[in-house]
Amino acid sequence: MTNLQLVFPEIFLSLSIMFLLIFGVFKKNSSKIIQNLSLVVLLVTAVITFNETVGIKEVKLFNNSIIIDYLSSLMKIVTLLATFLVLVISSNYLRTFKIFKIEYPILILSSVLGMMIMINSNDLIVFYMGLELQSLALYVLATFNRDQIKSSEAGLKYFVLSALSSGLLLYGCSLIYGFTGSTNFNVIANQLGSSEYAITFGIVFILVGLAFKISAVPFHMWAPDVYEGSPTSVTLFFTMVPKVAALTVFIRFLYVPFLNLIDQWQMILIFLSIASMLFGAIAAIGQTNLKRLVAYSSIGHVGYALAGVATGTNEGMQSSVIYIIIYIIMNLGLFSCLLMIKRENQYYEKIEDLSGLSKNHPMLALSLMIILFSLAGIPPLAGFFAKFYVFKSVIEQSMYFLAIVGLLSTVVAAFYYLRLIKIMYFDKEKEKYDTDHGLWLKFSLTFSTLLILVYFIFPSQLIDVVSRINII
Amino acid sequence: MNFPILSSLILLPTVGAFFLFFTRSNKQNNFTVKYVALFTSFVNFLLSIYLWILFDHTTSEFQFVEQRIWIEDFINYKVGVDGISILFILLTTFITPLCILSVNNSIKERLSEFLIAVLIMESFMIGVFCSLDLVIFYLFFEAGLIPMFLIIGIWGGARRVYSAFKFFLYTLLGSVLMLVAIITIYWLTGTTDVIELYSLGIETKYQNLLWLAFFSSFAVKTPMWPVHTWLPDAHVEAPTAGSVLLAAILLKMAGYGFIRFSLGLFPVASEVFTPLIYTLSVIAIIFTSFIALMQEDMKKLIAYSSVAHMGYVTLGIFTIQQQGIEGSIIQMISHGLVSAALFLCVGVVYDRMHSRLIDTYGGIVSIIPKYSVLFMLFTLAALGLPGTSGFIGEFLILMGAFKDNFLVAVIASIGVIIGAAYMLWLYKRVIFGKLINNDLKKMIDLNRSESVILTSLAIPTLFFGFYPDPLINTIEVSISDLIETYNFRLASKI
Repeated sequence: MTNLQLVFPEIFLSLSIMFLLIFGVFKKNSSKIIQNLSLVVLLVTAVITFNETVGIKEVKLFNNSIIIDYLSSLMKIVTLLATFLVLVISSNYLRTFKIFKIEYPILILSSVLGMMIMINSNDLIVFYMGLELQSLALYVLATFNRDQIKSSEAGLKYFVLSALSSGLLLYGCSLIYGFTGSTNFNVIANQLGSSEYAITFGIVFILVGLAFKISAVPFHMWAPDVYEGSPTSVTLFFTMVPKVAALTVFIRFLYVPFLNLIDQWQMILIFLSIASMLFGAIAAIGQTNLKRLVAYSSIGHVGYALAGVATGTNEGMQSSVIYIIIYIIMNLGLFSCLLMIKRENQYYEKIEDLSGLSKNHPMLALSLMIILFSLAGIPPLAGFFAKFYVFKSVIEQSMYFLAIVGLLSTVVAAFYYLRLIKIMYFDKEKEKYDTDHGLWLKFSLTFSTLLILVYFIFPSQLIDVVSRINII
Repeated sequence: MNFPILSSLILLPTVGAFFLFFTRSNKQNNFTVKYVALFTSFVNFLLSIYLWILFDHTTSEFQFVEQRIWIEDFINYKVGVDGISILFILLTTFITPLCILSVNNSIKERLSEFLIAVLIMESFMIGVFCSLDLVIFYLFFEAGLIPMFLIIGIWGGARRVYSAFKFFLYTLLGSVLMLVAIITIYWLTGTTDVIELYSLGIETKYQNLLWLAFFSSFAVKTPMWPVHTWLPDAHVEAPTAGSVLLAAILLKMAGYGFIRFSLGLFPVASEVFTPLIYTLSVIAIIFTSFIALMQEDMKKLIAYSSVAHMGYVTLGIFTIQQQGIEGSIIQMISHGLVSAALFLCVGVVYDRMHSRLIDTYGGIVSIIPKYSVLFMLFTLAALGLPGTSGFIGEFLILMGAFKDNFLVAVIASIGVIIGAAYMLWLYKRVIFGKLINNDLKKMIDLNRSESVILTSLAIPTLFFGFYPDPLINTIEVSISDLIETYNFRLASKI
């Protein structure tokens, strides 16, 4: 008998989405209530996930198509909490653009549901279903500011390219099904060996699809345009949350069925990783729009996270998870700052708009500086440790080329982070920005800055949490 | 459990900075802000003197060792001092209060932020000199970039942005390879604890590459020719207090690193690469001395002279002779005092005339006599006149060099003459000669805080020049032990 308790979080979330949707349709002007209810739903789901599944070692449900283990529980909780923070700090922005509508939180919740299914998946079909659910919600979110041409363009671009990549991914799935006779990860793992080369084709296609979703070079083309065009609050969501789910699938897909084929996929991952790190660092130098700059920087960071996965070891995978968690915290802080650069209902996105920020808003500038130094990976801030763990696991596998290219690209990347700090601290000040940002925005900025700043005092805690992941 | 004196030394400046963080600097409380910072750094200085008194210089063991688990089964927070590191800690805690005292005229705005940066810098630098774990060392070593970047960039001169970026990126580029090496050492030996690594040793076949990775970081930081170009830029644009910190302490981190890590961990590789170091050092000594001779900007001249002086230091370290290494350490301490003083001297005239060009000055001996006397003292110390600490360092280094390699020693000795030439010529052009520029007549002599700063730098310069025993006693045993282990491990190839 299937133990339904373990999928309570997903069940609860889907029921809540349906309820909120109907509630929103029948009750006029209910966007504020829906927003608050969604926040509660996210928290409750996180709590249920924590209570029901964290202690579970490994359970497979529904004909082995869903897996509940520590990795999935942890990543689900990270996803839910990150989404909570995204939702809570985006309301001011949405109000300014008069797009504070009921659909916004509901779409975000549906996308989160899709991600949770992706994280749980132990089967190609389930995985694809989750992926499409989250993508469909994201297409709509990208166009959410529908009166702006850029936003519609972003959504359309994302839709077309994403559909293409989904097609490639499905093709890969069908190849693998054709040669192994199953879509289940464990069955696939047992059927390997006979037709290795054919399966490699399947892996390549699936990796292309996944690389697209996580915006790794050379499948990153959509990211800068979509990040720039979407409303900032959606960009914030894009840069943080889907990456968690995509990384989990990366790990699960490569480590469960195909660990024995590591010779086949390791080179691909190393290439993706190096290309992303280098390209992210170099392309960001020329950017003048902050959101585009963040897009390239996130491409770079994805490269570092993939470097950990590329090792094919438990340690490497754990270091990637640590990386993505610290990256989320840094990005949260970064976007909190972006959402604060606002004057009389207008948000500023050019890098010159940061000019002289340290004179007018010393605390904001200080936080942003700490976050940027951390993103650049300068010790003793959290970003350094994220990179340190990744490169430690990479070097332990003697992958020196990857480590050295990665570290050199941090030097290149340091340049554009420094440039932002230079603009804030060394340049002439401009007019003041608004200072009434609401409690949540200030909270999330303080929270993330402090975490980044004091992480070096308690580095073991995060490692303890992550080191319980064990899927090999 | 004894009183954790080293951790207190590291933490105290940060605590002071934390207090300053809550006081916005404006005209009224500039005074308070400055005295809070001064008080903190002075207490730190007293604490380090206390450390020196307690220090037992008859043993080469690490003392005052503190160890705490930091990341389980991986890195321990471990600090301790031996004869080699304690002098650098003293230098740091001695220079910082003087730096803070010197900000009166040069830093006009955002004083409290400036002092926060200086104090945090002090914490990191003390951390570098007493960490006994490679990762902790790297952490402090790199973290120092942040405050220095801000000091140059915010309070610097006209081309400050360029210089700050150059400083930051150059040093970062050098250091990332060291990080790869540190992780590799962990992977090879299973530990990053320096004391354990000393006893374990590192396999010979890996040593060369690891040595080069450490070298890439230290060579940039030293700075050695040809990667020294960031230094003149950084010095020229940094505010006076920043130049002082940079010259007096930051440059010493690399010299310290060479002794502690390159010699201590990779004896075989050090032996292999000694010719490389000799060549680069000799080029640095001769070549940058000639460049210094041609400078028109006083700060740039002193910056190039720093490169030349650090050339002696690296030369001395790799002689692997008792005198050579002792000389290097004394030269570093002496250079810390003297270059700090010279930058402050430039700062004094710059605050009055707003020019660092040598041409602006000339014939000021009768206008500001007190200044001229002190400036002369430091000029002579910089060129290594007997009776100043500069002499002891250079003399010991050359002695060590003559024992090891005659040709190198001869060429390096020629450098001493060129060094004397550019320093004396600088002094002549600035202080003596005809008074042409009439604006100079309005210059006033040293005020009280300036005299205090320069005098307190002059006293140890002369004292250790006549009586270097306290320094030599402190380092002697540690160095002879270092050389003994070095030779032993060289012979047994580990």
